[in-house]
Amino acid sequence: MSKDMTIHLKYWKQAGPDVPGHFEEYTLDTVNEHMSFLEMLDVLNEELQLKGKEPVEFDYDCREGICGSCNLVINGQAHGPKAEVACCQLHMRNYKDGDKITIEPPRAAAFPIIKDLVVDRSAFDRIIEVGGYVSVKTGSAQEANALPVEKEKSDEAFEYAACIGCGACVAACPNASASLFTGAKLAHLNKFPQGEVERSNRAVAMVDQMKEEGFGDCSNFAECEAVCPKGISISAIAEMRRDYMKALVS
Amino acid sequence: MKLDSKAPEGPLEEKWRKHKKEMKLVAPNNKRKYEVIVVGTGLAGGAAAASMAELGYNVKSFCIQDSARRAHSIAAQGGINAAKNYPNDGDSIWRLFYDTIKGGDYRSRESNVYRLAEVANEIIDQAVAQGVPFAREYGGLLANRSFGGAQVSRTFYARGQTGQQLLLGAYQAMMRQVNEGGIEYHPRHEMLDVVIIDGQARGIITRDLVSGELKRWEADAVVLATGGYGNVFYLSTNAKNSNVTAAWRAHRKGALFANPCYVQVHPTCIPVSGDYQSKLTLMSESLRNDGRVWVPRKKGDDRHPNDIPDEERFYYLEEKYPSFGNLVPRDVASRNAKIVCDEGLGVGPTGLSVYLDFRDVIKRDGKDTVASKYGNLFDMYENIAGENPYEQPMRIYPAVHYTMGGLWVDYNLMTNIPGLFATGEANFSDHGANRLGASALMQGLSDGYFVLPATIGNYLADVKPGTRYGTDHNAFIEAEKGAQDQIDKLLNINGKRTIVDFHRTLGKIVWDNIGIARNKEDLEKAIKEIQELREEFWTNVYVPGEKNNYNKYLEFAGRVADFFELAELMARDALEREESCGCHLREEYQSEEGEAIRNDEDFSYVAAWEFKGVNGQLQEELYKENLEFEFVELKQRSYK
Repeated sequence: MSKDMTIHLKYWKQAGPDVPGHFEEYTLDTVNEHMSFLEMLDVLNEELQLKGKEPVEFDYDCREGICGSCNLVINGQAHGPKAEVACCQLHMRNYKDGDKITIEPPRAAAFPIIKDLVVDRSAFDRIIEVGGYVSVKTGSAQEANALPVEKEKSDEAFEYAACIGCGACVAACPNASASLFTGAKLAHLNKFPQGEVERSNRAVAMVDQMKEEGFGDCSNFAECEAVCPKGISISAIAEMRRDYMKALVS
Repeated sequence: MKLDSKAPEGPLEEKWRKHKKEMKLVAPNNKRKYEVIVVGTGLAGGAAAASMAELGYNVKSFCIQDSARRAHSIAAQGGINAAKNYPNDGDSIWRLFYDTIKGGDYRSRESNVYRLAEVANEIIDQAVAQGVPFAREYGGLLANRSFGGAQVSRTFYARGQTGQQLLLGAYQAMMRQVNEGGIEYHPRHEMLDVVIIDGQARGIITRDLVSGELKRWEADAVVLATGGYGNVFYLSTNAKNSNVTAAWRAHRKGALFANPCYVQVHPTCIPVSGDYQSKLTLMSESLRNDGRVWVPRKKGDDRHPNDIPDEERFYYLEEKYPSFGNLVPRDVASRNAKIVCDEGLGVGPTGLSVYLDFRDVIKRDGKDTVASKYGNLFDMYENIAGENPYEQPMRIYPAVHYTMGGLWVDYNLMTNIPGLFATGEANFSDHGANRLGASALMQGLSDGYFVLPATIGNYLADVKPGTRYGTDHNAFIEAEKGAQDQIDKLLNINGKRTIVDFHRTLGKIVWDNIGIARNKEDLEKAIKEIQELREEFWTNVYVPGEKNNYNKYLEFAGRVADFFELAELMARDALEREESCGCHLREEYQSEEGEAIRNDEDFSYVAAWEFKGVNGQLQEELYKENLEFEFVELKQRSYK
């Protein structure tokens, strides 16, 4: 078995959305390389509770990189140092004995803090709500194979559909833009003939909602693509802007 | 209590069609006068909420996550079955039905399972119309693969993320209805009780997980789509927040809980590495198509696996089951891994794992071919385990994955409480004692898109539109008080052990005694241990923080309290069922070769339990729904 590591943690504490927050520090001496990052935080919380201190709150659920609940900013990087890995699948073997780790929530006006590292991402739901779908009622679908779709297009649609809605793109963007999130959904649906019908309206509705929620605009920093745990390409954003402009002039 | 399945009479193929024809309907202008609550937003809940709102009902949707899109259906990897027979390989609705009944070891209702197989085709149509990016052939048509040892290729898939893609389809359909005003959407709300007035479900009590506020919600019907209870084991492949609370609180209010001992253990998971472990990660069982499972023949052989020659390796599945080999069903593979580890042949630092070796297929097909099939799984393994499966065998061990038991429902998916429905993994209905691969998504969506939206109308047609008792009715006040009292009690114990500590200890009792293999002695011991630990929980647990704030540990405390009661019921159910069937292996009931022996004469029934209280021990009364098999002949499963 591997030897335990000592890790110095600095994490954000904030009691609620309207009160100032601050960093707290704690040193863990029993970190094992096989632990996931979130398991290390579980261990931290167990120690804090046994000392009668308040645990730190953070969002998580599946812990296998697919639900998109976790969204920690670790040493300034959304989801931490490993490319295409959500922080729930980041393992402590990526750190060494004596490392200092700072953990913050994603910071964006559109993601108000609920408590500590937990933020409110309901703005993402509202962006989907105004158009992130094909308008088809249950029971009204035609036979699945009646409409062939080029394999290449379908595969490309999948790449965009793989978005887990974690919000790392927003956290990493200097403008706190949700363009990659929004663009990915548009690009997914646009690849299918059944998505084509509402293409233009969908782009306008979703982009307008994104602005309404207080997300910034895209300035092509491409930080979002760099941190996306699913490796979604920013070409989605170019396509979104093209469709939006086209809809406005037509 | 007489359990009436309400399964329609007539030939199997006619039952659902006939039932749809005969069910009562609610007139379009009356639909908007009905309120329906749906708890849970996974495949079953999301699809049901969207479909019922489309029909015109006023739907209120609740989930514990911060968004409906995060429900645990999202983690399903493999695929979804449907008997489209696109590959022309002899599939049919009958065959899908038969495989599901047989796979469940003849412990499910013929009528329900046939309907599931029948409806599955429509699910694929629906998902494609929504833009779900299923895998396709070069000609542009949908691709299929064989999955979980099925003899036909009937599984539709979207890489290893089929659950995610289907869930996002349902979620988007739901959000469309939120936009149109058909759904009132309440994420970060947890159901703590169901409200029953004059014997009918009339609402729920929730806790707002952000503000801590308890709220009362009134409706004409309540649907629980709250998933399974695998987290009673503490370690499982379930998401961390998956829990039994909604179903269990309904059970405490009188809803029968069926077959709680039927738990599926998945054979190919990454083994436990230490006490800090918070969950287990599943790797698709497609790995068993090419990987060979083995352990060293000699106890305590601590050589590197690559240094152990073939003749000193025990390929136990290939030796014991020459015709199916490494592709035996999940329960058989899991059980045999436990047997070799119990014999002391297990490998790895804990001795609780077996090798899954790709050496031979890499030699035969080349590394690139293997990478193209399993690359993402190999990467995931290396990321978690820190070992390279291209160079040395993976280590795997079984983990709890899915629970076939759940709330008892009739053919209409209604529990024994009128107006209270249960769908998806939360009910017991379609998988019998063992679920086949790629069938969970099928059942969730079948219930949500097609079955419930039809059957709920049949119930509502008899409820006078606009019936309102008001949330200041005594039943609401009492239910809220019950929830409040429990929260206060948990916060006031101020004991010395953490919630996680209790949950982990409980999980170990359940895993050791109500896990892969069970016997009378262990089950009786487990019941005592659970009772003792539960008593300690209620006097010595430490719950941090406050009630009027975001407090994840308080949420967990309530859920663990329910797991403590469920665990005892699971042991009781397992004890009662003196036979082996599907995933339920009683060591007393197996052949000399270690194969399960079913007892159709005495145990061909659904065990449905009624809650009677907890007084040191859990009080429950057993009711039996006999399973009649009109259309299939019962056979002993054999994979030799």
